[in-house]
Amino acid sequence: MNRVEIHKEECKGCRLCVDACPKHCLIPGSGINNIGYQFIEFESERCTACGICYYVCPELGAITVHKKDKGETP
Amino acid sequence: MIKHQKPRAFFDTFERKGPGQKNTHYCPGCGHGTAHKLIAELIDELHIQDRTIFCSPVGCSVFAYYYFDTGNIQCSHGRAPAVATGIRRTHKDSILISYQGDGDLAGIGTAEIIHAANRGENLTVFFINNAIYGMTGGQLAPTTLIGQSTLTSPGGRVQSRDGSPIGMAEIMDAIKTPVFIERVSLATPGKVMRARKVFKKALLNQVQKRGFSFVEVLSPCPVNWKLTPSRARRWMEEKLEPVFPVMNFRETEDLKINKETIPPVLKGEDLLNVFRVNKDQLHPPKAKEISDQFVKISGFGGQGVMSAGVLLANCVIAEGRNATWIPSYGPAMRGGTANASVIVSGKNIGSPLVDYPNVLIAMNLPSLNIFEEKVLPGGFIFINSSIITRKVKREDVKSIYVPASDMAKQGGMLAAANVIMLSLYMLASKVSDIQTLKKVIPLSIKKKEYIDVNLKIVDIAIEFYEKNKDAF
Ligand SMILES: Cc1ncc(C[n+]2csc(CCOP(=O)(O)OP(=O)(O)O)c2C)c(N)n1
Ligand code: SF4
Ligand code: SF4
Ligand code: SF4
Repeated sequence: MNRVEIHKEECKGCRLCVDACPKHCLIPGSGINNIGYQFIEFESERCTACGICYYVCPELGAITVHKKDKGETP
Repeated sequence: MIKHQKPRAFFDTFERKGPGQKNTHYCPGCGHGTAHKLIAELIDELHIQDRTIFCSPVGCSVFAYYYFDTGNIQCSHGRAPAVATGIRRTHKDSILISYQGDGDLAGIGTAEIIHAANRGENLTVFFINNAIYGMTGGQLAPTTLIGQSTLTSPGGRVQSRDGSPIGMAEIMDAIKTPVFIERVSLATPGKVMRARKVFKKALLNQVQKRGFSFVEVLSPCPVNWKLTPSRARRWMEEKLEPVFPVMNFRETEDLKINKETIPPVLKGEDLLNVFRVNKDQLHPPKAKEISDQFVKISGFGGQGVMSAGVLLANCVIAEGRNATWIPSYGPAMRGGTANASVIVSGKNIGSPLVDYPNVLIAMNLPSLNIFEEKVLPGGFIFINSSIITRKVKREDVKSIYVPASDMAKQGGMLAAANVIMLSLYMLASKVSDIQTLKKVIPLSIKKKEYIDVNLKIVDIAIEFYEKNKDAF
């Protein structure tokens, strides 16, 4: 399954990924990280692993995008 | 399968920022992080991490070395292209990234960028244009838009008072040498992807040693623009991009501007030729090593203090030892004092500056006044007693009085008092053989008649030395 990992301690809650995701997979969560930012959560199976969220995110390591392996069911 | 993750060119944790740190110092939604990420990915992709030297600026990205696991150097404000130029001279195969903001590149560093571009240095410049001084709290930058209000243009930038936004990509395009110039924007995901392609070209050009590549990156500074991160992106499209058109300005396919054709750095042999030191004159190093000499030759402009210094250094080098020479002119070059510093050593010499000489050759009174106190105890002061009427006050140095100007006049050339002094210093100190001076003089002086006068003047000095040996 395609999957986006948000490393919540690295997220600054800027929401650029939220705006950018064409599949609306990313939403501001209710949690607050240790720095005090409202981090983003990944909540959908529509993700195409397109990587758009990864490229718009200004934090260097906040997002990891996993693409489903061949043969794996979507 | 991982498709996208933090590039390897970044440190895993940013220990330079603080123990265990993983996030940047940038404000939420700042464009610097995005630009960093694209560069880091390309460093991975092009396999250049081990030979990349990231030249970071002054500005918000001053701490780029927290993040990039590459070579790093943090440059003085605006000087990154000059620093990179210097590195290039000794690191032919390094990948040099000059990463600069608009205050840095288009403000304080205008001269450096223009001349690096004009030399066609094999560099990649990423110019992050956020139309404001970010780090210092949002002052007007050369790139600030007309009407844009900043801390220092609270009512908005006014052209009649503040000038108009500078298009640096356009300025680059007025220079012949760059091989690649493009302006990109980080306003939308699509534009970020376009920027990635452009960044890659700009880096590849350098890998292929093609020359100077310049990428202007329109980048958001939400905090100082006082906009949310996403509103800042919209502002870029509505306001920034119309003034700074996002486009390619140049992409040269012509490979002729190949920096491999840079003349090589001169080696010792070549330097001897440049300084017209004849190789045949090289004596084997002397058996008796002279202790290091820190010589200050000082006088007024026109007394030949500079050329005396050069002659001395050339004699020493011709005899196989090391010497440096560096001139220093006071603010009043004509009529003021000028001095030359020469260091002589059997070892390698570091800084060529002489703050505390052990030999002072004072050609006029102001020179003695300035430097007398600086001479090291046990040192020598040679005084041109034709002009300097007072005595040396110091008692812990050896003072040698020589009527150099009178002697030179007798010899037929008042301006050669420097050669009198130099000859006597050589004779007294044995820092170099006086015969070497006689061989070096013809190589350093162009006019035949002057050569003969100067050689005669050396003989007058020798005669004086023989007669007054006790004084030395
Ligand atoms: C010689 C010197 N002059 C001025 C400053 C103050 N200063 C620090 S950063 C900066 C401007 C930075 O703006 P920019 O290059 O646009 O980078 P940004 O912070 O926006 O990324 C200035 C003027 C300084 N540090 N050193
Ligand atoms: S990878 Fe693409 S689809 Fe998946 S969350 Fe990111 S932007 Fe959305
Ligand atoms: S773009 Fe990055 S920092 Fe911004 S909210 Fe999304 S994950 Fe967090
Ligand atoms: S002040 Fe502007 S440029 Fe500096 S980190 Fe914040 S958003 Fe980025």
